[in-house]
Amino acid sequence: MQYIDEYRTKTLILSISEELKKRSKKEITLMEVCGGHTMAIHRFGLHALLPSNIHLLSGPGCPVCVSSQHFIDTAIAYSQLPDAIITTYGDLIRVPGSTGSLEKEKANGRDIRIIYSVLDALEIAKNNPERPLFFPGIGFETTAPATAAAIMEAKKEKIANFFVLSAHKVMPPVMEALVKEGVKIDGFIAPGHVSAITGTEIYHDLATIYGLGVVVAGFEPADMMQAILMLVVQLEEETPKVEIQYKRIVHPEGNRIARELLSKVFELKDDNWRGLGIIRNSGLKIREDYSDFDAEKRYPITIPEPNEPKGCICGSILKGLKSPGQCPLFGKTCTPSDPVGACMVSGEGTCATYYKYRS
Amino acid sequence: MINGEEKILLSHGNGGRMMHKLIENLFLRHFGNKILDEQTDAAILPVDGAEIAFTTDSFVIDPLFFPGGNIGKLAVCGTVNDLAVSGAVPRYISVSFILEEGFPISELEVIVKSLAEEAQCAQVTIVTGDTKVVNKGKCDKLFINTAGIGMVRKEDKLVGKARNINPGDVILINGTIGDHGMAVMNARESFNFKSPVKSDCASLNHLIREVLDHSPGVKFMRDPTRGGVATVLNELAAKINQGIEIREQAIPVTKGVSAMCEILGFDPLHIANEGKVLIVASEEESLNILEIMKKHPLGAQSAMIGRVVNDHPGKVVLKTETGGKRIIDSLVGDPLPRIC
Repeated sequence: MQYIDEYRTKTLILSISEELKKRSKKEITLMEVCGGHTMAIHRFGLHALLPSNIHLLSGPGCPVCVSSQHFIDTAIAYSQLPDAIITTYGDLIRVPGSTGSLEKEKANGRDIRIIYSVLDALEIAKNNPERPLFFPGIGFETTAPATAAAIMEAKKEKIANFFVLSAHKVMPPVMEALVKEGVKIDGFIAPGHVSAITGTEIYHDLATIYGLGVVVAGFEPADMMQAILMLVVQLEEETPKVEIQYKRIVHPEGNRIARELLSKVFELKDDNWRGLGIIRNSGLKIREDYSDFDAEKRYPITIPEPNEPKGCICGSILKGLKSPGQCPLFGKTCTPSDPVGACMVSGEGTCATYYKYRS
Repeated sequence: MINGEEKILLSHGNGGRMMHKLIENLFLRHFGNKILDEQTDAAILPVDGAEIAFTTDSFVIDPLFFPGGNIGKLAVCGTVNDLAVSGAVPRYISVSFILEEGFPISELEVIVKSLAEEAQCAQVTIVTGDTKVVNKGKCDKLFINTAGIGMVRKEDKLVGKARNINPGDVILINGTIGDHGMAVMNARESFNFKSPVKSDCASLNHLIREVLDHSPGVKFMRDPTRGGVATVLNELAAKINQGIEIREQAIPVTKGVSAMCEILGFDPLHIANEGKVLIVASEEESLNILEIMKKHPLGAQSAMIGRVVNDHPGKVVLKTETGGKRIIDSLVGDPLPRIC
């Protein structure tokens, strides 16, 4: 397959691995922020190709995992409203809330539908004008512009029964929060598709103020290996900066149109990240101009403060402080078929990835 | 309550681990007997000195029509294949319809014609059936239930049971994987992929007969339907308590399936097939079997995809294209229900 096979060529990957072993002297820790990167590292067995002085940490870049339990509980509560339809991306459906999950509500007869694009949700709303349709919006700068576009479209077409429960988040504040909190990181393998929207300016402070290396990486094994090599060169030469490895997709200035959509519909708010707590200006809430489509404004409900599952260390895992193997529940009471914490549910979650690709 | 669940979830029917827990912890607990406990695709029944294979299956696929087939053709293929992988020669099948009030008779006729054609092709006779109609909304258009009977030759009666499997034994498959699941998903979810992916839906009894008639080396056969190749191999590894190693590069996958899987984040090893058989054979017979399979129209792309190994008992390990290794698990809950 074009654009895939050439980045999975064994000889190419092994040659980068050799180069890494030659160039890398210092003991360094790199964080791959994005869940897609965690998947790629495990799927292609990249750990085995790195010298032992390079350590990889998984970061908080799995949208399902960082969505607070309160958000899941709210989505469940909406599904129980009379005539409600919930449309959701597939991986949210099995995330455990305090008392159940959307999957279990579906078995209870609630109308919960899996969609692949938020525009499908809009279509379903149009076809069911008498029923309130809720879309739990999750994801970072990658999925948020599509939600923004759907909200604008709903306004244009005067669709009065389309409501977004926004848990959309933005990346830079959480990356900075981790560094400030003292998680030991020398460099970031920065998210590829987030950066395609945001551009690379958002990482500027990490390099200049905190002296960290930042390389925006693609998701194929050769991409990841090259990005790690670029970080090694930066750190060995002590010239931390922001670079793009994923040049075929990411431009320094990002996607202006998508960013305009985002800022038209959303504004920043302090947001709750599962396991990490409240992070300033890290979430996206719907602006007053579009409040007709804001589920929380149109259907305000009070949800009791959720109980975080006992023994689950998702928070420390999302911060890169611990690895899944250190969790007493991992692989025992917490498995993909019966997840306790959110990191086990999403295909991109650190725990699910470790479980799936354990060896 | 089964494994902490109070109600049936869609994941209980997807052929993966939750379904197996339901079968073990509910059905086998109440029905368990020597024949059922074998958990083969068809039960092998001793009748007056002969042995017959007996199977049943239900078809609730949505959509009813998909590239490469429809629910009627699928009903025959599914039933025939369950008999064939048990080592039987399929002979007679039953077909029962549960129809939703208002379903167009013209569509029903297309489906019935496909059933008849596929039965003729597979050389089985449809000998009994039943018709029920339910109120609109009480079932989704049309469901089909079948049963099938086949005759088992003495020398073939163990091929579904995975006996005498040893390290070094070879795992073969008769062609590309994931075609049925992805074709149905593409038709159902209206992704609008302009993809040439077609269901592999086919009756495998003639191909399997060729193999069994010309080689004594077959130790196990199973059609990897729901849950895909990964789930069958995991069940096998657990049953024989030996390791299985497969090579990513050796597994045939069409470009269309592999592209759809990349986009949607699926592993072709977890996607359903309806015209594939996995065969475990002794090393000395494996080349012979591969040749026989390749000569058959349904086996042109047959391949040896792996081996039974001494390491990691009970686990399936994939050697990746890039030289790494990873464990392949059974399918756990998928968000795309009802593909067969």
